[in-house]
Amino acid sequence: MNSSSASISTKTGGNPKWQRFTAAERTARYMVYLVVLAAFFASLRTVEIIPEFLYDAPEQLADMFTRMWPMDFASYPTTIHGAMLDTLHIATLGTLLSLLLAIPLALLNARNIVQSLWLNWIAKFFLVSSRSVNSLIWALLFVAIFGPGVLAGVLAVALRSVGFVGKLFSEALEEVNMGTVEALKATGASPASVLLKAYWPQAKPAFYSVVLFRWDINVRESAVLGLVGAGGIGVVLNDAMNLFQWPKVAMALTAIFVVVLLIELLVVNVRKRLI
Amino acid sequence: MAAIKTHANPFKPSLGSRLLWLGVLVYLIYAVVTLDIGWDRFILGLEQGGRLVDRLFPPNFNRWEILLSDLIESLQIAIIASVFGIVISLFVGLMAARNLMPNIISIPVRVFIALCRTFHPVIIAILFVKAVGFGALAGILTLIVASVGFIAKLFAEAIEEISFKQVEAIRATGASFASTILFGVLPQVFSRFIGFSIYQLDSNLRNSTMVGIVGAGGLGGTLFAAFQRFDYDFVTAILLTIIALILVGEALSNLVRRIFQ
Repeated sequence: MNSSSASISTKTGGNPKWQRFTAAERTARYMVYLVVLAAFFASLRTVEIIPEFLYDAPEQLADMFTRMWPMDFASYPTTIHGAMLDTLHIATLGTLLSLLLAIPLALLNARNIVQSLWLNWIAKFFLVSSRSVNSLIWALLFVAIFGPGVLAGVLAVALRSVGFVGKLFSEALEEVNMGTVEALKATGASPASVLLKAYWPQAKPAFYSVVLFRWDINVRESAVLGLVGAGGIGVVLNDAMNLFQWPKVAMALTAIFVVVLLIELLVVNVRKRLI
Repeated sequence: MAAIKTHANPFKPSLGSRLLWLGVLVYLIYAVVTLDIGWDRFILGLEQGGRLVDRLFPPNFNRWEILLSDLIESLQIAIIASVFGIVISLFVGLMAARNLMPNIISIPVRVFIALCRTFHPVIIAILFVKAVGFGALAGILTLIVASVGFIAKLFAEAIEEISFKQVEAIRATGASFASTILFGVLPQVFSRFIGFSIYQLDSNLRNSTMVGIVGAGGLGGTLFAAFQRFDYDFVTAILLTIIALILVGEALSNLVRRIFQ
């Protein structure tokens, strides 16, 4: 915590008493605690919950797991494998497609590259609006436009990723050491050369690690996009659930679990080498 | 005049990154060919998109009672889940820290945290909807799991980075285990814990508008239903509400962050 906020009050007769925070800071903190607690109890009292359902939950969960076991291994080669590959394609294509928009927006958003506040703000607006809409909602929109299928999933993943990759890449660009940039400019290098030979080499590790990180997130997200019809393993999961084929649901969930773990291992290892 | 001595190019093209980009290109062609993504479909979609935008505007706030009650339910889900999630994460995070706990406790707790993190909230929501039925309760349980997965992991990592001198000093006075935690560990990590909690509260607010898609309460259910009924002007109204909710949440969390800095 901030040491500058320490204050010494001399109220206790000559013996200075050390206090960590000023009175105003303490009041503000207690106000926050109070508001959170008030909101919590107000929500608890008004929320529509049927407590009997909660007591019943362990039984229902046990019932679900007994229905799930044994898993439907036979469905893996016929349906789940192909759908899982589709999911990976959605995540990868979406990440690559998002770069097309994310890189220009990141450049426009970086204050040390584009010195126009207007352009900075416009880029920031697009980045923020891309980030504040959840990828499932993007998927709903694109399913309405392009119909159910992989295309809607790819576009949903791409538009959601633009904000994430663009923001983090532009932060990396803003942290670049300007000495190199000035040195190159002094030689009369063109803007393209300055970008490629001064900014890019310094921001490159951050760029690759951001893209890999987003790809990891996208694999997790594209697994559920199918629930709204945007292709991949989620469609299989949704169909199996609607038909109460619990063994198949269990197989699909296990497949997602294993793939997510493998991707995470891969990404952690690659990032270690990059940085 | 002698010919100018040519220097080797200082910016050597790197073979590795060229191969990487070549690989990306080959993959792109392969994926577009094998998947069902046609250019004509895209063009067709653009026309359809134009019609959709026509029907999205103007937003229709006629059914604001439904909108308001769903909004309140989303808020309730986010607040209750965050408070429970934060309290649980405090203990789970302490138990997962390898410098405070023996392996026999920390390893199972770390596995538990990893399990909470692996699945997307929507998938957890599906399981809870089966367990406790449709409604806000499933959403609350889902977001509690998501909060524990995030806060407890980062909190445990923060505890592992603390300076152990203060802990040893307090232990040397003969303090009990609880006092060691309260006066040696927590003061060092509390501000970071608050930071993670605020971030998670914000993210719970976003997710509480989404878990409804699988029936776990909040705005998402109404949004999904409006989409399925092609009720697009109501969709716009719901989307605008969600965006406003997120913006207000972000402003509030920035305020709290400034208070606790």
